Amino acid sequence: MSDYLKQGIIYGATLIGVTAATLIGITTFTKLQHPPVTAVQRGFRGTAIAQIYDPAELAAEKAASKVPLSLPPVGAAGVKASVAYKNVRVLGNLSVGQFTRLMVSITNWVAPKQGCAYCHNVANMADDANYTKIVARRMIQMTQNINGNWQSHVQNVGVTCYTCHGGNPVPKNIWFNNPGPESAGGLAETQTGMAHPTERINYSSLPYDPFTPFLEQDHDIRVQSTTALPTNDLSSIKETEWTYALMIHFSQSLGVNCTYCHNSRALGNWAESSPARVTAWYGIRMVRDLNNHYLDPLNGVFPAYRKGELGDSPKIYCATCHQGIYKPLFGVSMVKTFPELQGPPASTAAALEPPKAAAPAPAPIPAPAPPPKKS
Amino acid sequence: MAEYQNIFTRIQVRGPIYAGTPLEGRGPNNRLGTPSFNHLFGRLGDAQVGPIYLGTLGLASIICGFIAFEIIGLNMWASVNWDPVQFLRQLPWLALEPPAPSYGLHFPPLAQGGWWLMAGFFLTTSILLWWVRIYRRARALGLGSHTAWAFAAAIWLYLVLGFIRPLLMGSWAEAVPFGIFPHLDWTAAFSLRYGNLFYNPFHMLSIVFLYGSTLLFAMHGATVLATSRFGAERELEQIADRGTAFERGGLFWRWTMGFNATAESIHRWAWWFAVLCPLTGGLGILLTGTVVDNWYLWGTHHGLVPVYPPSWGTIIDPATLPGAPK
Repeated sequence: MSDYLKQGIIYGATLIGVTAATLIGITTFTKLQHPPVTAVQRGFRGTAIAQIYDPAELAAEKAASKVPLSLPPVGAAGVKASVAYKNVRVLGNLSVGQFTRLMVSITNWVAPKQGCAYCHNVANMADDANYTKIVARRMIQMTQNINGNWQSHVQNVGVTCYTCHGGNPVPKNIWFNNPGPESAGGLAETQTGMAHPTERINYSSLPYDPFTPFLEQDHDIRVQSTTALPTNDLSSIKETEWTYALMIHFSQSLGVNCTYCHNSRALGNWAESSPARVTAWYGIRMVRDLNNHYLDPLNGVFPAYRKGELGDSPKIYCATCHQGIYKPLFGVSMVKTFPELQGPPASTAAALEPPKAAAPAPAPIPAPAPPPKKS
Repeated sequence: MAEYQNIFTRIQVRGPIYAGTPLEGRGPNNRLGTPSFNHLFGRLGDAQVGPIYLGTLGLASIICGFIAFEIIGLNMWASVNWDPVQFLRQLPWLALEPPAPSYGLHFPPLAQGGWWLMAGFFLTTSILLWWVRIYRRARALGLGSHTAWAFAAAIWLYLVLGFIRPLLMGSWAEAVPFGIFPHLDWTAAFSLRYGNLFYNPFHMLSIVFLYGSTLLFAMHGATVLATSRFGAERELEQIADRGTAFERGGLFWRWTMGFNATAESIHRWAWWFAVLCPLTGGLGILLTGTVVDNWYLWGTHHGLVPVYPPSWGTIIDPATLPGAPK
């Protein structure tokens, strides 16, 4: 063999080696979690029921979830807002002082840069011309519904607009029905709702939209048999993949391991689960209620640029409130200083009246790929 | 001084081109092409390339394999709308999925799982044809059929996963998708659906033989390499005529493990460990969903699952409470 060839092979191998080492190094430092991590034992020793936290990440999350100071409370005495102002449909029973305090707070929570004009026609505050005002009114009712009817999930901590919005007119984490990437069609296999990576399912090849069937529709999430031997449980492996994808979303949204709720040796077993699983169970029902009774019916109100690819309303899932934290805002209760957001809507009739600007009928919920059920 | 090493060698072993042993009429021997040497092959093993025997079975197998490969690849490419960049970027995630459960064992339309059935048919045909080739070539050379039966063990597991178990379950949807990550996610989902495969005794056995095989392979390879300076790499001769290499290897194992195989039986150990891995694994898959529906509950029933003190008190399924939302 010639010396040139020998040298060529040596240099070639070195080049490949260095490139590979660089790529592995970059991946290691950017994609993998680096030590130290903290493991908090939550179950019996030796069962690996532990939560893994990255102190640096936790510190960043804590810094990012700064809770804004509430404005000082105002008395209920004085003229009611419904008397003082026109077209007050939801908060009319508040005093003018309380009403103004809440309006200013909502501005700080939702549209701090845009101000009152984000929702209101400032020349005539009673005007309902802006879609944002109609949505905001419905969202106040939704907040009251969450705090009043879903304590099974939010407990005494409750939520305010800030929990999801965090100073953004549109919450950072929302979702739409996802028809998936465009496929060639024709004779080729149609989109199966899976095998295209997205961040929401942690870049797995599992179904990329497990939200439509489980958090908008009410498909059964449970897939494990409750008997040792086969009986009549016809859940399929494909359905399991949809459930699995949803669970990955839970884990990512709350920044927790599977073992936060489950004993991973028997994921379906309630007796071995943690109380957090019960809270999550009610959370699923709560999110379904909110998507079906608050967000989807606003479909005719949202302008096209706020809607998804299929023309559907923006929707809520775990990440909307939790934003990577096991308790939104690390469990700080803002609603304590806003009793008007706590109870169920004072006037149910007004609350459930359909939004004025509603278009004909909200588009039927498209079902891009419900989990397949065995016939 | 240059020295000969087994995997990466600086010496190119170059004898005269050899034609192999005559088959003495035990099978066709129409080998094609003029042999040549390849330096890179020589670095890893035998440098001689050719002459090549393809034969009818080999050719048929390769054609069927190519058809399956094309069906899978083109469907994956179509799933990203023929975008070459996305095809490369998403390749590990892309899949050709079996039909939906609603089709049961019926033939679905091409676009809804039909391609998966076709790909499976051609891949299976290709594998089985190659198995027959392995068997017949071994016979043609006057060899035992050990390799063919070892390959058959792997084919058993493949067929259980993609054909036999789906037949018993009455649904093609139970089978494995084609795809790099998709088939791995399928594996996880399989265990999730059937209550944790770790409590499946055949899965346990399969893991024993899997890790056992790798351990045995490393132990055997290490012993032969360590004693090859005394001629131990000539293993077949060591079987018939123990030399100092085998005696040293055997003594070493008695000193360190308390027991030594014979130069012949170590290969039987290795063969059975390797073959039992897919054989037991296939049994475990076959029983899942057909005979046992939740391995954790099965393990609890049979005293396999350890009981730990409760960590959180009594947790009740909220769906069973009166007035619970759906």
